[in-house]
Amino acid sequence: MDTNFARSRRRDLIVAFCLAATAAVVPLFVKDSYVQNIMVLTLMWGALSQSWNILSGYCGQISLGHALYFGIGAYTTTLLFTKFGVLPWFGMLGGGVISAVIAMALGYPCFRLRGHYFVIATIVIAEIGLLLFHNWDWAGAAMGIEIPVRGDSWLKFQFPRSKLPYFYFALALACVAWFVTWWLEDSKWGYWWRAVKDNPDAAESLGVVVFNSKMGAAAVSAFLVAVGGSFYAQFVSYIDPESIMGFHISLLMALPAVLGGIGTLWGPMLGAVILIPLTELTRSYAGGSGRGVDLIVYGGLIIAISLARPQGLVGLFSLGRKEAAR
Amino acid sequence: MTAETIIQSLASGLLMGLLYGLIAVGLALIFGLMDVVNFAHGEFLMIAMYATFFLFVFFAIDPLLAAPLVAAALFVFGALAYLLIVRFAVRAKANAGMVQIFSTFGLAIVMRGVAQFFFTPDYRSVTHSWLGGKTVSVAGIFLPVPQLVGALVAIAAFGALYLFINRTDFGRALEATREDAGAVALVGIDKNKVFALGWGLGAALVGLAGAVMAIFFYIYPDVGASFALIAYVTVALGGFGSVFGAFAGGIIVGLVEATTAMLLPPSLKAVGIYAVYLLVVFIRPRGLFGSM
Repeated sequence: MDTNFARSRRRDLIVAFCLAATAAVVPLFVKDSYVQNIMVLTLMWGALSQSWNILSGYCGQISLGHALYFGIGAYTTTLLFTKFGVLPWFGMLGGGVISAVIAMALGYPCFRLRGHYFVIATIVIAEIGLLLFHNWDWAGAAMGIEIPVRGDSWLKFQFPRSKLPYFYFALALACVAWFVTWWLEDSKWGYWWRAVKDNPDAAESLGVVVFNSKMGAAAVSAFLVAVGGSFYAQFVSYIDPESIMGFHISLLMALPAVLGGIGTLWGPMLGAVILIPLTELTRSYAGGSGRGVDLIVYGGLIIAISLARPQGLVGLFSLGRKEAAR
Repeated sequence: MTAETIIQSLASGLLMGLLYGLIAVGLALIFGLMDVVNFAHGEFLMIAMYATFFLFVFFAIDPLLAAPLVAAALFVFGALAYLLIVRFAVRAKANAGMVQIFSTFGLAIVMRGVAQFFFTPDYRSVTHSWLGGKTVSVAGIFLPVPQLVGALVAIAAFGALYLFINRTDFGRALEATREDAGAVALVGIDKNKVFALGWGLGAALVGLAGAVMAIFFYIYPDVGASFALIAYVTVALGGFGSVFGAFAGGIIVGLVEATTAMLLPPSLKAVGIYAVYLLVVFIRPRGLFGSM
């Protein structure tokens, strides 16, 4: 391994640590709950996009159906808690494991598909999941489920009066997703994934077990996304199929990575830091009228960035190593 | 469930399926031409429906007469979408596939926003058109006239498209460009012009579908989303790029939808379509008629 590469990886780790430490003290000074809410969402979508990026960015299997895992995470936690009194922390792990298993079960037939056939399969599978939850009476069907909130509790992970605990959890989740990516990037798996993304046939002929590496990426990615879904359910304390598993969730997961730089270490977080506050602000300033100005701004931005910087915004900062890792 | 009701719903499924084919064929055409999936296809359908609606409201033009006008307007719109956005997306040096998906997605979101801004999110419908609400009885089976006419329009459009691709110079240029865009440039055909015309033609076809749909379907800014997914499934089912595949895929989707609606609660009828799609691509990863 060349020393340049090792040095830049170490630098990434130090920069990430400094950023996380800085982020951790921000809410001590910024007490406005609207701003804190945006910060929680930014970190959460950053973490989700980072997880999505593992399968879709590094391994190149573009999924627009990750809302399924987000929803399974949210529903597992909520159902276990409301029906059986199981604490959300166990639900979170359980949802992650269930999602990872489902991701592999679905990956088994789907990873034979390529290009648009694969993308459409992911959309369609998530849509089937959505329709099933819509018609599942025990799980609240279309009405959804409300999580009973009875005061601050770390045990039940609910804090009706403060956003701070959610903020720190979201920050931790973002750090974990980032660190997992950082760690995998330089592992055997990371190299396999990039090989699979660039040219699956060549990778196969060089002895990369293409199928297994796709399965691995899917499992890690789905696990982390499900944990994010569990967190979101606790954060909003009300879930219904449309708001948790709708197609827009899959899209929101993909966009930060695409805008920031798909298949890069810093892209998803950078994209989320730009996109999420912008979305929330346009929604509250222009969207309240229900006249769609927020959509126009949002869509215009997506077109502009994807045309102007197809490799993502991350290249603008020299943080990303871009091609060096190849 | 009697044999009559089964035939009845299969017949309406077939009619709807032909319309699905018409909605999807533009998508298939564009994909076949340049390997690009237009993720704003549903929104093309949406503006075609609005155009039909406003022609009806302001000029009292019946949707049936409006159809050619709407198709022409959509032709211009599609060509412009290519020239202003997609042309740059296919040039992207990095992440080309991603850029195509998200630039057309962005276009879709903008179009939805613009529709909400100008037309409000209200549901609209074309009241008292020539065909609206009428049914015709064929051998004891009642068929809704708008869907019946829509199916005939779809068949006619497919026939015309077939002749167009096989018998005209432009059609041959289209065929040649899809086979080898580089070689086409060598014989003096402007690739960009062919692509722009291809996008125009694809949009015109969905415009035709939109005009027919406006007769019997509510019109609102998000209407395209529900049909777009069906259109992608239709195209993929037939095999990306195959115009004939879109036609066959549409019929299959219509019939499967009707069958599912008989077996499962109505809110689950789309599950049948999606399941059939998965089943087909798991067995044939390039769709029914896809080559490559």
